[in-house]
Amino acid sequence: MATEMPNDDQAIRARFHIVYGEFSLAADLTLPGRGVTALFGHSGSGKTTLLRAIAGLERHPGAYLEVNGEVWQDGERFLPTHRRPLGYVFQEASLFPHLSVEANLDFGRKRLAAAERRVDLAQAVELLGIGHLLARRPDKLSGGERQRVAIARALLASPRLLLMDEPLAALDGKRKAEILPYLTRLREELDIPVLYVTHSPDEVARLADHLVLLDNGQVAASGHLAETLARLDLPTAVSDDAGVVVEGLVAGHDAAYHLLALDFPGGRVQVAHGPESPGKRLRFQVRARDVSLSLSERDDSSILNRVPATVAAIADADTPAHVLVRLEAGGTPLLARITRRSRDQLQLQPGKSVWAQIKAVALLA
Amino acid sequence: MTLPRRSAAILATALLGAFAATAARADEVQVAVAANFTAPMQKIAAQFEKDTGHKAVLSFGATGKFYSQIRNGAPFEVFLAADDETPARLEKENGILPGSRFTYAIGKLVLWSAKPAIVDNQGEVLKKGGFDHLSLANPKLAPYGAAAVETMKALGAYDTLAPKFVQAENIAQAYNFVATGNALLGFVAYAQVLDEHGQLKGGSVWLVPGKLYSPIRQDAAILEKGTINGKAKPAAEALVKYLKGDKARAVIKTYGYDL
Amino acid sequence: MPFGPDDWNAVLLTLKLAGTTTLLLLLFGTPIAWWLARTRSWLKGPVGAAVALPLVLPPTVLGFYLLVTLGPNGPIGQLTQSLGLGLLPFTFPGLVLASVLYSMPFVVQPLQQAFESLGERPLEAAATLRASPWDTFFSVALPLARPGFVTATILGFAHTVGEFGVVLMIGGNIPEKTRVVSVQIYDHVEALEYTQAHWLAGGMLVFSFLVLLALYGSKARSRHGY
Repeated sequence: MATEMPNDDQAIRARFHIVYGEFSLAADLTLPGRGVTALFGHSGSGKTTLLRAIAGLERHPGAYLEVNGEVWQDGERFLPTHRRPLGYVFQEASLFPHLSVEANLDFGRKRLAAAERRVDLAQAVELLGIGHLLARRPDKLSGGERQRVAIARALLASPRLLLMDEPLAALDGKRKAEILPYLTRLREELDIPVLYVTHSPDEVARLADHLVLLDNGQVAASGHLAETLARLDLPTAVSDDAGVVVEGLVAGHDAAYHLLALDFPGGRVQVAHGPESPGKRLRFQVRARDVSLSLSERDDSSILNRVPATVAAIADADTPAHVLVRLEAGGTPLLARITRRSRDQLQLQPGKSVWAQIKAVALLA
Repeated sequence: MTLPRRSAAILATALLGAFAATAARADEVQVAVAANFTAPMQKIAAQFEKDTGHKAVLSFGATGKFYSQIRNGAPFEVFLAADDETPARLEKENGILPGSRFTYAIGKLVLWSAKPAIVDNQGEVLKKGGFDHLSLANPKLAPYGAAAVETMKALGAYDTLAPKFVQAENIAQAYNFVATGNALLGFVAYAQVLDEHGQLKGGSVWLVPGKLYSPIRQDAAILEKGTINGKAKPAAEALVKYLKGDKARAVIKTYGYDL
Repeated sequence: MPFGPDDWNAVLLTLKLAGTTTLLLLLFGTPIAWWLARTRSWLKGPVGAAVALPLVLPPTVLGFYLLVTLGPNGPIGQLTQSLGLGLLPFTFPGLVLASVLYSMPFVVQPLQQAFESLGERPLEAAATLRASPWDTFFSVALPLARPGFVTATILGFAHTVGEFGVVLMIGGNIPEKTRVVSVQIYDHVEALEYTQAHWLAGGMLVFSFLVLLALYGSKARSRHGY
């Protein structure tokens, strides 16, 4: 199922079968032992249940859990939560109201042996921009500040696995926007595997490396983000804003036209943006409805970004008038949403070479 | 509108009057009875009801408590005290029907243990010791308690015994402390340890000689609430008369009281 | 001076009894309240009901059973005797035992409510930060339940001070051992010593009012805190 099969000791293996009355969850997952894995699904799909089980907050007999070579739970063994080297960020910050921000940050850290401390206070404080809040009480913080403190607190417990349960769900759009950059930095700067529960496609697109789709207690898909988003057999594809996320490297900046060039395995795209340092990794999103196809490279159109690709598969889209075409552009999957009529006119079928014309590229940063 | 309302008022008054009249004719008498006299009085009251048709409604308790309740308007009509001072004081305070006070029994004090062979018939156990607690009624409140203190002083044992006192609120509680074994022995009323045939119910007992304490004259009187227009109510009068009669006196004697 | 040495002794004894009782109840009541607040066992109902019994039982029932069970023929009486402790009725430890039982719901229930109102979340958060259950109890649950402890302490103390029926039944009215203020007042009233009764009774009235004032005052304050 997973395209990039992680090697043995760099993986999280989780096998749970959970039944709560009407609800049941069956998960048998092998997840990469690094980067961000998003557990994505609607409410009631079982994603929080799975996260709590992984944290040991709920005890389920017969489960198996191994994190980067360490078994946390199997038939005989059950490490209680406080013995699992993890960090957990709840939907509501859940700071201790009787302690100052600094004492909250210190709560997990001071319970570690000195040798186990791998994140220091200054680093966490700087990473989340909470230096000015240390002396305050949690009730004197805004919702966004509280959540940043909660994330720092979890990091300071030097987790070998960071679990985040919809950390942005309780915040309004503005606060979300305030925290997202911190989460992006976290992903880039710390080498801690993260399991990130969310029902927001935007958060998935920005943060995830690996995607697990949960649907009604079942694992509908688990795989590399770009691969999984481009799968035509999943409900994610059959929607108006279906699309893929691609990671590119900054190649250069055209100051005269105010365009940033990004290289990715399938070619180069240019996007309206200010300069960034060359070689930096940036994500961009390409929606299926923004991709049109032609049989030759047309340089007489206003569309700036054109990449050669091969048709990999074709499937029905959300309306009878459209189809979804899955493309391969130098190993990078792309999706195009075109009319059924265009498909027939161009005689598209798997294996055919085409040019993908990308009308819009959204930079995720 | 006014007419029906007035009629209703008249009707209500008439009903209330009728009810009050019934209550007065009910031939009940409310009696406050000293705790030590509980058993004999229950027997006497039963016979009284059978013989006269009047019903004696009995309340048992400490004489001191009854005194304050009576002074504060308690509805007792006849008072059987555990002493003679309290009825005398009430008489001085015009709380009783003048001339109705009389001695219905002379109480006897005993030292009693619920266990056999603890109390000897000379009361030597008081000097020998060998017990943790000595139960007695609060001497401030109960005549039997005061008599117990008098006895111990006469024996010259008061100071050594005082630390072992457990004071009960009334003589009935003093009896309970001993009966449950929580106090090995205690001063109680003779009547409490006798059954209805005048036999010792159990344990061991010393009948304290009368010369060791002033006689416990138990006086009774008809209270102010037991009178109507300066005369005793019929049921109250009947009860007092009954108490003085042979049948009642026989019961009183069976329970070890003098007369 | 209407306030005699007996009265002072009664006051001191009462404070000593209430203090000892409250301390013991906080010590033993806290784990009981914690268990009641968190258990899913079927025993929760029966234990909760047993703790609450003194709220509805007349003190005479408790006093009667204590007198019988603590007495020389009762099971506890035989136990204390075989342990060489003697018998508990008419002793200060006996009164403490009775008061602990009698005031139990006034300490356990506020604590239980305080623990219940914490919810799972702070405890779970502590567990994810490496705190063991004991550690969590002392570093998170206890500090967060502080208002509950204030209430429990005040109610436990005040209720023990106000205890009468049970003391009357198993105390034996012994000066400096079991003659507490409420009994002393009763004796004064019975002996028609109304002046002394007024001093003590008035003192109790003022004390009780101040205690409740402190309690409701602190509640109002804590509502604005945190």
